[in-house]
Amino acid sequence: MELKDKLLSSFMAFEEAFDVDTDIHQLRSDAIKEFETLGFPSKKDEAWKYTSLNSVLKYDYSVFPKKEDAIDYKDIKKYLIHDIDSYKLIFIDGIYSSHLSETTHDKIDVCLMSSALSKSKYKPVIENYFNKIVPKNSGLNALNTAFSKEGAFIHIHKNKSADKPIQIINFSTGNESALLVQPRNLIVVGENSQVQIIERHQSLTDHPVFTNSVTEVFAEKRAVVDYYKIQNDRDSASLIDNTFVEQKEESYCFMHTFSFGGKLTRNNLNFYQKGERSESTLKGITIIEGKQHVDHNTLVHHTSPNCESHQDYKGIFADTSVGVFNGRVLVDKEAQKINAFQSNNNILMDDKATINSKPQLEIFADDVKCSHGCTIGQLDEESLFYLRSRGIPLKEARALLMYAFANNVMESVKIPEIKKRITHQIALKLGVNLGYDL
Amino acid sequence: MLKIKNLQANIEDKEILKGINLEINPGEVHAIMGPNGSGKSTLSSVIAGKEEYTMTGGEMLFEGEDLSELDPEERAHRGIFLSFQYPVEIPGVSVTNFMKASINAHRKAQGLEDMPAKDMLKLIREKSEMLEIDRKFLSRSLNQGFSGGEKKRNEIFQMAMLNPKLAILDETDSGLDIDALKVVANGVNKLRSADNAVLLITHYQRLLDYIVPDFVHVMVDGKIVKSGNKELAYELEERGYDWVKQEKSV
Repeated sequence: MELKDKLLSSFMAFEEAFDVDTDIHQLRSDAIKEFETLGFPSKKDEAWKYTSLNSVLKYDYSVFPKKEDAIDYKDIKKYLIHDIDSYKLIFIDGIYSSHLSETTHDKIDVCLMSSALSKSKYKPVIENYFNKIVPKNSGLNALNTAFSKEGAFIHIHKNKSADKPIQIINFSTGNESALLVQPRNLIVVGENSQVQIIERHQSLTDHPVFTNSVTEVFAEKRAVVDYYKIQNDRDSASLIDNTFVEQKEESYCFMHTFSFGGKLTRNNLNFYQKGERSESTLKGITIIEGKQHVDHNTLVHHTSPNCESHQDYKGIFADTSVGVFNGRVLVDKEAQKINAFQSNNNILMDDKATINSKPQLEIFADDVKCSHGCTIGQLDEESLFYLRSRGIPLKEARALLMYAFANNVMESVKIPEIKKRITHQIALKLGVNLGYDL
Repeated sequence: MLKIKNLQANIEDKEILKGINLEINPGEVHAIMGPNGSGKSTLSSVIAGKEEYTMTGGEMLFEGEDLSELDPEERAHRGIFLSFQYPVEIPGVSVTNFMKASINAHRKAQGLEDMPAKDMLKLIREKSEMLEIDRKFLSRSLNQGFSGGEKKRNEIFQMAMLNPKLAILDETDSGLDIDALKVVANGVNKLRSADNAVLLITHYQRLLDYIVPDFVHVMVDGKIVKSGNKELAYELEERGYDWVKQEKSV
């Protein structure tokens, strides 16, 4: 059976487990119909021209995982930013793990989507925000909505700030020979509130895993959202991350995406600026090798005047790895006096590595500053010679230059432990021990 | 220490060095002067092992070892140091961390453990004071946003840290004002000993007032056409290079 058909028939069984007399039931039913019409994207779709899902969709994924195996903290510690105090929402094969997690309802809500969807006290928030900024044109979004059940629910109330970062981590155990997981996250950050979030998807075995996640983020007036996505999964795991961010007046959102591994990773990252003087920062470092494939598909939609957006994506591609950057900036007629910057720089380490970089600017306002730039190159020979003439061997010299290349993305990372971790990952990735922390 | 015999080198099939002979012994300071495009900088790059250049003939021996067999980093480990005319910028890597990487790479090549952090700091402090380098400077990204003078001073700082046997200073005086030139020259002089040697590549005699050479060579069109003592530098300053070229053609 084709995966699509299997999912359509699984939906019946999925819905039976719920109370059908709810709003969410209607949403799910509509969504499955949407998925039935739209299906999975193919290379015929312009936005998927350089990324084929064929190699991901060929497995017979389980949709209903078995109950979690007990997992010890020590087995997963290394996947967490464990040296900081944080709230943790940890899911194993899509199921919440209470003994590994740390939630709160003290001034802020850091808890589960399943309880937010079922408890009446969360109803107003769900009604106002759930599935409100997910566009109706994507089969993948519809599929996630149809099966939406579990994930992170984070609500930072007005004038409150999360007192420590929140980690959302999805593990898969390989209990199933192939597993489809569809986390659904909702993050609402109230007026004058702040939050830091770290998100990661990690497979613990070499069984195929396909994650199709949807995250909605709402930044109300003057809210600050500092979000980090760490993507460094095994070569058997693929991820489609669909993230939607809506920003109100004077809100600031920073999104850093670190893509170091996984079979196929697609980031559909969408920012909607709906208030004056809001600012969006989208940055990414991609370092991949082998047959890995990372696709950044970004959208910044400016609808209000006096806003800014900054995009800076760096990529280093070795072997036969493939990178895609498709950055779309849309400026409405009303969005005067905005500044939108976009830059995508890439280094190809091997002749057979590929990068497809495509900036798209659609500007309907006449008084704006927009710029975009894209470079594709090799490491600078003069710089390599300089380092080697100081006794630094070729491999380490390359690593230093790649670090230097990616560095300005790191500059805006505000959690030192993340910076340290990413730097270490880069060094590891490049196979060097520089004898000091970069 | 360094013996160069009939050295010929090309870049992309273009002949740049057309038979260089040069011998440098421990304790000596040599200066190579010459007009633009004569191949001075190429010579320094070829000695340091820059891969764009192809050695097409002759030989280069450093303490009896054939340099052409060695990678740039191996030449550095043997004690060859090139102060660059245009040092490159490495964002995100501080001067201090860069020196740590460099020193420990040298030590590793000699089979030694990393230098203890305490010793490293002491060495850095000592050498930066010698070159009147501000401590804040050391935590800045390597060469990024440095002025021309700062870059050159940083090159000599690296030289002081690594204490090479043969230091090649490629146009180290360019971009330096007179005060900075004195500091840099003073640094180089302090590092001189009976066991090491300096090769200065320069356009102008100015630097040679501060670092006094034992030998001056004039390079024209890929060849050393005249050698002499420091008086030759004054003569060149006064008379330009044309007379040497003419002498050569006679």
